[in-house]
Amino acid sequence: MSSLALAVRDSSTMLRRNLLHARRYPSLTLNLLLTPIMLLLLFVYIFGDAMSAGIGGGGADRSDYVAYLVPGVLMMTIGGTTIGSAVSVATDMNEGIIARFRTMAIHRGSVLIGHVVGCVLQCLLSVILVGVIALAIGFRSTDATVLEWIAAFGLLVLFSLALTWIAVGMGLISPNAEAASNNALPLIFLPLISTTFVPLDAMPGWFQPIAEYQPFTPAIETLRGLLLGTEIGHNGWLAVAWCLALTVLGYFWSKASFNRDPR
Amino acid sequence: MPSSDIPTSRPGNGRPSPAAIATVGLRKSYGDKTVLDGIDLHIPAGSVFALLGPNGAGKTTAVKILSTLITADGGQSQVAGHDIATSPDKVRAAIGVTGQFSAVDGLITGEENMLLMADLHHLSKREGRRVSAELLERFDLVDAAGKPAQSYSGGMKRRLDIAMTLVGNPRIIFLDEPTTGLDPRSRHNMWGIIRELVSDGVTVFLTTQYLDEADELADRIAVLDNGKIAAEGTADELKRLIPGGHVRLRFSDPAAYRSAASALHDVARDDEALTLQIPSDGSQRELRFILDRLDSAGIEADELTVHTPDLDDVFFALTSGSSSAQPKEAVR
Repeated sequence: MSSLALAVRDSSTMLRRNLLHARRYPSLTLNLLLTPIMLLLLFVYIFGDAMSAGIGGGGADRSDYVAYLVPGVLMMTIGGTTIGSAVSVATDMNEGIIARFRTMAIHRGSVLIGHVVGCVLQCLLSVILVGVIALAIGFRSTDATVLEWIAAFGLLVLFSLALTWIAVGMGLISPNAEAASNNALPLIFLPLISTTFVPLDAMPGWFQPIAEYQPFTPAIETLRGLLLGTEIGHNGWLAVAWCLALTVLGYFWSKASFNRDPR
Repeated sequence: MPSSDIPTSRPGNGRPSPAAIATVGLRKSYGDKTVLDGIDLHIPAGSVFALLGPNGAGKTTAVKILSTLITADGGQSQVAGHDIATSPDKVRAAIGVTGQFSAVDGLITGEENMLLMADLHHLSKREGRRVSAELLERFDLVDAAGKPAQSYSGGMKRRLDIAMTLVGNPRIIFLDEPTTGLDPRSRHNMWGIIRELVSDGVTVFLTTQYLDEADELADRIAVLDNGKIAAEGTADELKRLIPGGHVRLRFSDPAAYRSAASALHDVARDDEALTLQIPSDGSQRELRFILDRLDSAGIEADELTVHTPDLDDVFFALTSGSSSAQPKEAVR
């Protein structure tokens, strides 16, 4: 078997294993979904009037704020779901079965690839679930063209892939599940200090660079533009660049951590 | 170049005996703690080799290195004819490993674990099902096959572990303390399983801290102590290293005790316990000699026991030097 065929076959076996875990023990993924859903409902139904009044210069009603909020919450959903990936990688690495995999003549990277592909699929499923809730509370993206929809989907996949590789790296350097969920905290913290809830120019000047120079803000702005037709500007390229950089960084980091002698 | 200059071949006209596992000068340390300090092994194919040692002697480290899980700091090792450092994947294709802590996926069922192994060995779907059903049957796991492996008892987990190892039909199997933590029945089951493997011609590299286990199963035994091989040989060869065979006579009557002590030569007396120890190899001839002496003196002992040196004696004699290192470990 050629090494590529071997890699594909072993990785899909590992993916099946991870999906089996996720299907049999869905509570981890579902728990992580609570944060974005709660924040979505909180900011729409509790703070919604004040937020839209503040942002829209007083004129906007609550449905405008729903439209503004949802793209950020979708990206936050991805961040939250990847924390689960960090936790499950850290848990997995403490299992004897991983030692067994390491002593088998299988594609070396298949363990990690299985985790990554599984997590990206879970991210997309989570995004769909949160998206359905968003639709139920009044979010509409009817102005977007099919092309923009496809681009939005591509962005969600790319962003999931980037954060997952980083989360896998975080999971690999964590000695246990607790440490992994602590180490992966930035993945849910960064979207809170991005443009998820308010635009950049509504933030204090000293804080704007913090919100601007991180992966969530350009990704959210791009998604918002694709779904709602707002200005994307340079954010599109920035988002893609962030995704590619994080993917490459996370990939090499994870690979190096995994190839190190196990504890 | 004269053939004697080639280190891998034996001098003379014979080919080197086919070694399943061969190591020269294997070394490993963690920080400044040396775990393996130059280990040489030559394990012929089709044999059972036991690496015996107290906790912390480096047994698991040796298994981890030879099974390509971790890398050595020094030395050369060949497993199934392949260098572990330069062609680990060829080694991996030939071996199976069952670790000290069961290497099963607890979240999925026993059968799913087996099918996972079948997939990773690239068996066809039908072949995978056949092999997995066969092994589940052989290891008495059919009833439990549909339950998550984490619900299994220790003995069942260990059986599933070995069954998973056998899916790939490995020629060399590493068993790292396969019976640690098992109850006596499961332990004997495991011994039966290991003997079956051997009758199939598999080479078994076993680590254990139980002397009876090594005695029971292994063709050759190496005693590992403080990262070095303290002794190596068959169980009988090791036992011969240690004097200590004796006949022990116990008396309740002090008068009989005293007359026996004078009737027999070369006895070690224990006046408090009224027992005598006579060095003996336990042979029929020596026993008859002792009994004849007692009979002709009209003495009857209350109890006679024959003690032949066992691996325990060997083990304690060979590893006693490590007692000075014990307090250090206790601090850890």
